[in-house]
Amino acid sequence: MTDDLTPSRRRLIAGTAATLFMPAIARAQQPPPGGAGGGSAVIDVNRARTEPIPLAVPALTGSGGDAARIGQEMANVITNNLAHSGLFRPIDPAAFINTPTGDTPNFQNWKVIGAQALVTGRVESQGGDKVRVEFRLWDVLPGQQIQGTAYTTTVSNWRRIAHIISDVIYERLLGEKGYFDTRIVYIAGSGPRDRRVKRLAIMDQDGANNRFLTDGSFMALTPRFHPTRDEIAFMSYLNNKPRVYLFNLGSGRQELLGNFDGITLSPRFAPDGSSIIMAQTTSAGGSVILSVGLGGGGARRLTDSGSIDVSPCYSPDGTQIVFNSDRGGDQQLYVMSASGGGVRRISFGQGRYATPVWSPRGDLIAFTRFGGGSFAIGVMRPDGSGERILSESYYCEGPTFAPNGRVIMFWRETAARDSRGNGFSARLHSIDITGFNERAVGTPTDASDPAWSPLGA
Amino acid sequence: MNIKMLGAFAAVALLAACASPPETAATTGAGTVATAGPAPGSQEDLVKNVGDRVFFGFDRSVLEAEAHATLDRQAGWLRQFQQNNVQVAGNCDERGTEEYNIALGQRRANAARDYLVAAGVPGSRITTISYGKDRPSSLGSDEQSWAQNRNAITSVQ
Repeated sequence: MTDDLTPSRRRLIAGTAATLFMPAIARAQQPPPGGAGGGSAVIDVNRARTEPIPLAVPALTGSGGDAARIGQEMANVITNNLAHSGLFRPIDPAAFINTPTGDTPNFQNWKVIGAQALVTGRVESQGGDKVRVEFRLWDVLPGQQIQGTAYTTTVSNWRRIAHIISDVIYERLLGEKGYFDTRIVYIAGSGPRDRRVKRLAIMDQDGANNRFLTDGSFMALTPRFHPTRDEIAFMSYLNNKPRVYLFNLGSGRQELLGNFDGITLSPRFAPDGSSIIMAQTTSAGGSVILSVGLGGGGARRLTDSGSIDVSPCYSPDGTQIVFNSDRGGDQQLYVMSASGGGVRRISFGQGRYATPVWSPRGDLIAFTRFGGGSFAIGVMRPDGSGERILSESYYCEGPTFAPNGRVIMFWRETAARDSRGNGFSARLHSIDITGFNERAVGTPTDASDPAWSPLGA
Repeated sequence: MNIKMLGAFAAVALLAACASPPETAATTGAGTVATAGPAPGSQEDLVKNVGDRVFFGFDRSVLEAEAHATLDRQAGWLRQFQQNNVQVAGNCDERGTEEYNIALGQRRANAARDYLVAAGVPGSRITTISYGKDRPSSLGSDEQSWAQNRNAITSVQ
């Protein structure tokens, strides 16, 4: 239970992976060149909507203790991850002809059922709570091993290892990093809307290991992950004073960020983790963008327009900031340099724009657009060109990018159908940046304000 | 003409109600005095007899004439009940984004506070807060509910 609470979570797996000896039949492959050819399992994900790769993930075989059950569950987690990405099509295990026993599979049996890639593995109890997980990824048509890795860890980490293996499969077959060994912080909502309880919550990206981090005695909003530490910045209504706080995932303690007049809100960490940008309301009636050093550094005003300036977010290289402002009359998106100069508007479509967030790849800015009775999640290039709407509904808001920049999560609310608020719900959804593969993300309660962690956090 | 007449009658009726405080208006046959209204200076008094809230247009924080009248009454009430400190909370409807709405709610709270201060209420007696769209008064998803939820609400602390 407390394993993933320890500050060392990000180091938990480091140093335990070893590359497996390649069986004689297999020969080492270089990382995929990014092109598909001759039925190889390796494809270029950046092509227009590719057909998902058919692959087989039989249960990892197990010996000793709980190993067989864990092997089955790991296969389930891997299958689920890859299927949800929309880029793989796991084959129903009912179609499998045999389960692999030796080091080298009988490729013919996997070709027959249409598998292009095959995942095999073994879980061995090593006494105590130690376990060794061995995994191999095979390109079925040429009959070659693409990857072989062994991990030694504690039993309770099996799910984490399954996510790491999923990321390896994703990266080796698609040529870009995965996003499965990640977590989501979000706000769990419950109770009637006029007395809504909003708690800080965290879960694995696939919905497992959900935990509530605050008890609901104060309202929590808009959490964001630190880029390298197990720390979250969020907005808390503790003591009826809405301010930005830092929440330490190791200790469970929260700490006020600075001492500012007015409300502080909409925090985001700088890419190097040394500071936070956020908004501060002013007595004049607007809000300004502040940069606040974390280690005792002072605060610096980056905007002072007299309008509402909120929701700042750095470019991944830290040189620019995109933010939301009504300085032109209504909410639009603006980009400025990290020091606050050279402000220019980038949103020019119909309606209002809000909640800009820069892709970790740097190539896109995701946003909320609304007007005319509906809300939409979209993306545009940082210069404002190439706008595309990905999803539209009665209400949706707050995109957050997976660390590989490939998937966006956001939340959607439904309209109340009566004056008592019945019918209202708030739920998380994910969608590929191509606009395909939209999915509901399961949470035990209503959910909003998702923020994706970095890979391995 | 008829409408004007109605308006005049309504005004007279209100004045009459104000002229007779609840304590004296409800004397029972047995000669005991019962309180028929909220305790003067209470939150309930503010809500029923003064008006605890003002309303705004969509994405706006400008006080309209009706809001001026309400805030004038609140200022008078606060002069009368010097012991009362108040919180002014700004709120928004559900048709806006979360972070912007927190700033917009604060802007509404500030507008109401500034008006009260200009009307002679010491700023030290007023705190402000914004709940964005997280504390709606009306729970429906329709224009009527949204209009109710775009407000600044004064409450005794």
